Amino acid sequence: MASKLIKDYFRTDKLPHIWCPGCGHGILMRSVAQAIDNLGLDKDKVCIVSGIGCSSRAPGYMDFNTLHTTHGRALAFATGVKLARPELEVIVVTGDGDCAAIGGNHLIHAARRNINITTVVFNNNIYGMTGGQYSPTTPTNEFGTTAPYGNIDKPFDIPALAGAAGATYTARGTAYHAKQLTKLVEKGIKNKGFSLIEGISICPTYYGRKNKKGSAVDMMNWLKDNAVDIKVAEKLPKEKLEGKFLIGEFKNTTEPEYTEEYMKIIERFQKER
Amino acid sequence: MSKAIEKKANLQIKRDLCKGCKICVQFCPKDVLTMEGGKVKIKDIEKCIECGLCELRCPDYAIFLGGSEDEE
Repeated sequence: MASKLIKDYFRTDKLPHIWCPGCGHGILMRSVAQAIDNLGLDKDKVCIVSGIGCSSRAPGYMDFNTLHTTHGRALAFATGVKLARPELEVIVVTGDGDCAAIGGNHLIHAARRNINITTVVFNNNIYGMTGGQYSPTTPTNEFGTTAPYGNIDKPFDIPALAGAAGATYTARGTAYHAKQLTKLVEKGIKNKGFSLIEGISICPTYYGRKNKKGSAVDMMNWLKDNAVDIKVAEKLPKEKLEGKFLIGEFKNTTEPEYTEEYMKIIERFQKER
Repeated sequence: MSKAIEKKANLQIKRDLCKGCKICVQFCPKDVLTMEGGKVKIKDIEKCIECGLCELRCPDYAIFLGGSEDEE
């Protein structure tokens, strides 16, 4: 019926998915499944959690333990899952609006705790599902249905935000650079602590149409032309990086992990009894 | 037959999954694919080098390499 990867890790009876023609989310979702396959994780030991939005439809199609929760609260639910069952590999699939706007506080505090959760942000620069309202990652001066004269706000750099809040692994990939994204998600899952991987998606239906970005192919070409790997960027002069965005691994450190520290306290009191 | 017949690439398309975004057509390095009736179609399978870029970037999992022949 489908390729081996799709047959093994997806609920094929739910396909085709609801995402628009040319939406990058399908590519990103495949990358997440590929990363899980590459690591050889037991499907029953993986839990995928999401909130609300286009991106958050992903767990509906992925054949693991899945949890579709309320808007912005994916990380709150995921924290609960992880504390109750620390042996599970908890992966959160969220969107730019879901994790950086309504769920912004959950994001920074999950990052601060350095809890062993891997968060993959499907960033399409807009609220797609509700009709193209501008989101915290819509670039300044670009348009949304709620920004008919251009967006005044400055966009969030989500990996930088998470990194500053205490996440021990942060990275960015794109729908065009899907192979690299798979590697980044793999490393994020392997990292013992809070990992955040931003996947830049394409939204030809709302973000693309509102900002005259052309077809899905044009938007993929834009990703190809404007993404600069951080290792390459270090060697480039500043003027060559104008208007570009960085991809690759931004932060990879080791710090005490929340569930382990929590279990230490429990063990200490169990000994005293 | 002394020499092995050159094996054709096993590239499969599920037209019911294709939404016609043309990403695979555009990013195929060997120009193997084309569009027909708003969906992807193989134009020239002889040129296919099985690089898998179409499968990697298909948002709808409609095109892929491999899979057994008896399926459909």
